[in-house]
Amino acid sequence: MNERLLNYLGLALVAVIGIAFMVLTPRFAELDAVLELTVYMVMAILALSLALIWGYGGILCFGQSAFFGLGAYTYAIAMFNIGESTIPLLLAIILPAAFAALLGYFMFYGRISDVYLGVITLTVTLILFNSVNSTAGPEFHIGTARLGGFNGIPGIPPLNWPGNKTAAIDLEGMFYLATGSLLVTYFGLRLLLASRFGRIMVGIRENERRAELLGYDPRAYKLATFAIGGALAGFAGCLFANWGNFVSPTIFGLSQSAQIIIWVLVGGRGTLIGPVVGCIGIQWLSTALGANQPSGGADWWAKILANAPLILGLILIAFVLLVPKGLVPTLGDLAQSLLRFRGRQTAKRLEPEAAE
Amino acid sequence: MDLVALLAIQVLYAIASLALISVGLAIIFGMMRVINLAHGEFLMLGGYAAIVATSHGISIWLAILVIAPIVVGLIGIIVERTIIRFLYGRMIDTMLATWGLSLFLVGLTTAIFGNTTVGISAPLGSIEIGAYRTSAYTLFVIAVAIVVLAAIFAVMRWTRLGLIARGTMQNANMAAALGVNPPRVYAVTFGIGAALSGLAGAVLAPVSGVFPTIGVAYVAKSFITVIGGGAAILSGTISASALFGAINQIATFVTTPVFGEVALLAAAIVLIRLLPQGITGRFFRRGL
Repeated sequence: MNERLLNYLGLALVAVIGIAFMVLTPRFAELDAVLELTVYMVMAILALSLALIWGYGGILCFGQSAFFGLGAYTYAIAMFNIGESTIPLLLAIILPAAFAALLGYFMFYGRISDVYLGVITLTVTLILFNSVNSTAGPEFHIGTARLGGFNGIPGIPPLNWPGNKTAAIDLEGMFYLATGSLLVTYFGLRLLLASRFGRIMVGIRENERRAELLGYDPRAYKLATFAIGGALAGFAGCLFANWGNFVSPTIFGLSQSAQIIIWVLVGGRGTLIGPVVGCIGIQWLSTALGANQPSGGADWWAKILANAPLILGLILIAFVLLVPKGLVPTLGDLAQSLLRFRGRQTAKRLEPEAAE
Repeated sequence: MDLVALLAIQVLYAIASLALISVGLAIIFGMMRVINLAHGEFLMLGGYAAIVATSHGISIWLAILVIAPIVVGLIGIIVERTIIRFLYGRMIDTMLATWGLSLFLVGLTTAIFGNTTVGISAPLGSIEIGAYRTSAYTLFVIAVAIVVLAAIFAVMRWTRLGLIARGTMQNANMAAALGVNPPRVYAVTFGIGAALSGLAGAVLAPVSGVFPTIGVAYVAKSFITVIGGGAAILSGTISASALFGAINQIATFVTTPVFGEVALLAAAIVLIRLLPQGITGRFFRRGL
């Protein structure tokens, strides 16, 4: 079959499943399930942001949660000060993007190698966590919004229709918004990757020196990729702040960063659908593990199962050692080799006839 | 005058503790090019080892200086044999796997010890500097840091083990051709690095207390120090700790501890922009 045709078929399949999911879920699912699914969708957008910069840009960012948290905090603070959600939403995208650009300038134009890059992004995340965590006193405020330190910011006003303060988006609306945004993000990224920019980006990931000798400036391309990833993560943060009406510094925390990386790693680097699948799967698993929380007593087995870091850590180690490419590419390889195997079988059966 | 002396001691203490928590990581990174993101958890385990040993009636000095390094060193060797050795040359993957290990260890200690801070009281009481008082334990930490660094220098410079280690570091293939067994050198190095981390965690346990997520507080600082220092293990660690420790302590003195930490991390980012190879990439190049 033609490869291009296969590609379009895949896209159409994703679109059909996505839209059907978006339209049908609120009709058939209970409200709490819809709420739960909404946050999965929001996190899937976050996973896509890292899928872009790590899977395609080749930039391992340990601090994707920094942009996510920054987006959430920006939205919360701007919302308390402005009251109408259009500008806060835009700010929650622009500010993380600008922050990513600034950070990216230091890292890419300083020609820091991959590994140091991971460490620096990790450090920046910790700086943000430490700084925000220590702003509990009433003297820390921006405009009328108190930062709240480790207590976080409760009661964040929800998004409203652009221009109309009173038309707040309800829970079901949030689900449509999150799922719709996820679909738009997915197809937007597919378009981006198919463009000239996307191809150069992947070229740089494959061989930076070669791309540079061909006349492309890897620093500028990486910077742009990183900023786009930051913007996406910020947008996801804004939706997240909306979903829970609450943000706290744990959003910057290391376990949040770890989760994002695990989603992408488990799902598969270099694909877009993989991280989405990984994100939803791991989140579902975490929820399921958290649900059988032991009610006191010394049942240590239940205690371990409810211990999310322990399980996530094990998953991370296991995938790095055993399935380093991630689920989706590994399954793809498996399917392909199966097809090839069957093809060979058919060829063998045909051979004697051909010889006659 | 007394204030200056006190501040000097505190700056020295900041430098010493930074050097202590970083040197184990510097050895593992400098020797094996492995970024061990579970470093903070090694420190944490050192603290727990010391506290558990003390609560079983073992002398606190023995617990800190002997038991903690041995326990964590053994854990380090197990980790190297079960995880790290499959990932040599895959730097990013080692980072991810050790990060997984870090989460796992945090989860495990939380399950065993609970999510609370445990501590041992600092021995030695306090000393007076003019009108001020400071804990004598501070001086002990500084002394331990000096002894550890001197011991590493001596081992690296004058012993056969140090010679083999330096040779493997410079060119593993050539060392192998001359009859050295690099995997064994790596396992031993990783164990020694882990043992030093355990020692550091135990030495600092009376100051900061120990809780399962304490590693997070250490890991960023020690990474920044190692990377700021650059390729040379000893001179890199010492110069970077001196720079960052001084910045941290002075900023803390002028403002608040949190801001001191932020100043340290911010200074590190600027430093890496200016010297991507770290301090020893440009200065003290011939140092160990």
